Amino acid sequence: MKSFEALFFALSALLTVGGAVATIGSRRPIRSAMGLLVTILGICGCYLLLGAELLATVQLIVYAGAVVVLFIFVVMLLGPAAVSGTDKASAIPRYVGATVFGVGALGAGVLMRQLASERLTSTKLVKLPDGFGGIEAVGRELFTTYVIPFELTGALLLVAVVGAMAVARGKQADPTRPNAPVNPHLADPHLADSDPSDAQSAINVKAPTGEPSSAATAANAAKPPTGEPSSAATAAKPPTGEPISAASAANAANAAKPGDGH
Amino acid sequence: MTQLPLHYFLALAALLFATGAVGFLIRRNLLVMLMSIELMLNGVNLTLVAFNRIRPANHAGHIFTFFIIAIAAAEAAVGLALVLAFFRLRGSVRADEATLLKH
Repeated sequence: MKSFEALFFALSALLTVGGAVATIGSRRPIRSAMGLLVTILGICGCYLLLGAELLATVQLIVYAGAVVVLFIFVVMLLGPAAVSGTDKASAIPRYVGATVFGVGALGAGVLMRQLASERLTSTKLVKLPDGFGGIEAVGRELFTTYVIPFELTGALLLVAVVGAMAVARGKQADPTRPNAPVNPHLADPHLADSDPSDAQSAINVKAPTGEPSSAATAANAAKPPTGEPSSAATAAKPPTGEPISAASAANAANAAKPGDGH
Repeated sequence: MTQLPLHYFLALAALLFATGAVGFLIRRNLLVMLMSIELMLNGVNLTLVAFNRIRPANHAGHIFTFFIIAIAAAEAAVGLALVLAFFRLRGSVRADEATLLKH
């Protein structure tokens, strides 16, 4: 029984450390996410050895089921841009800091081994009470002693969900409000930033085909919805005549082209 | 349950935390930095559960770990949303590109 436990711990520790090293060492983030998954499985094994059965389940459901999947979603969403090359500019201070930290952590580990009390190193641990770490015992404590932090955690998760949606959505015009955005930079995302994907779509929309109707619609799309003359003149030409607006649309398409290169 | 000495688990947790911290320091990819934070949180969780093993009168370590897991999930959601917003702004996920406050 003892040797089985030692073997199980060795397997879990191997999974944990190997996954952690793969997480921080691999160049592609998708492999990092897989390393994180392996680490989580190893920690789950450790929780089982320590008698925390409910936590092992929660670890699997929340981490492996939600967090890692969220990471993989973002990696897929970013596509090839998720792989970032190594950066030479600030490499030396970073590696010096990491080395100092790593050596300090190793020293702390050795010191802890030297100074560890009998309680930590003894192999005769306290016998666990019945149902320790099970769903009933932990749940009873969670809903009596720790009920206020538990409810606050619910509020925190709600705030986090709303905040994540607000941040990830970006500042784009709300299509449900007809004439809300006054700021022309908010009204036209192609003017607001120089994102390559947006530039690509700008070229697709505003292709100077020479056809007056499509050019007029492009100019209308670029026009701020408020009729304020000064801001309209700075942002885009108001559609006073077809040739001017067609020329401005062609200019916008040409200006957007150099952003296509990278 | 286990009769393994507790410092095995503590050493493993410390190693996991150190790995996560070193990864946070040497990597410049925002996604990998977030994953390193998750590694560090997991190291702390393992420490809490291990210490709860020698004092099994209550489940304080388990409950703390429970809350930390919830906060880690919230942190991952908000952090990944920030990464997406940053990517929309800069077209990259390198932390070195975040220089808007520098100039």
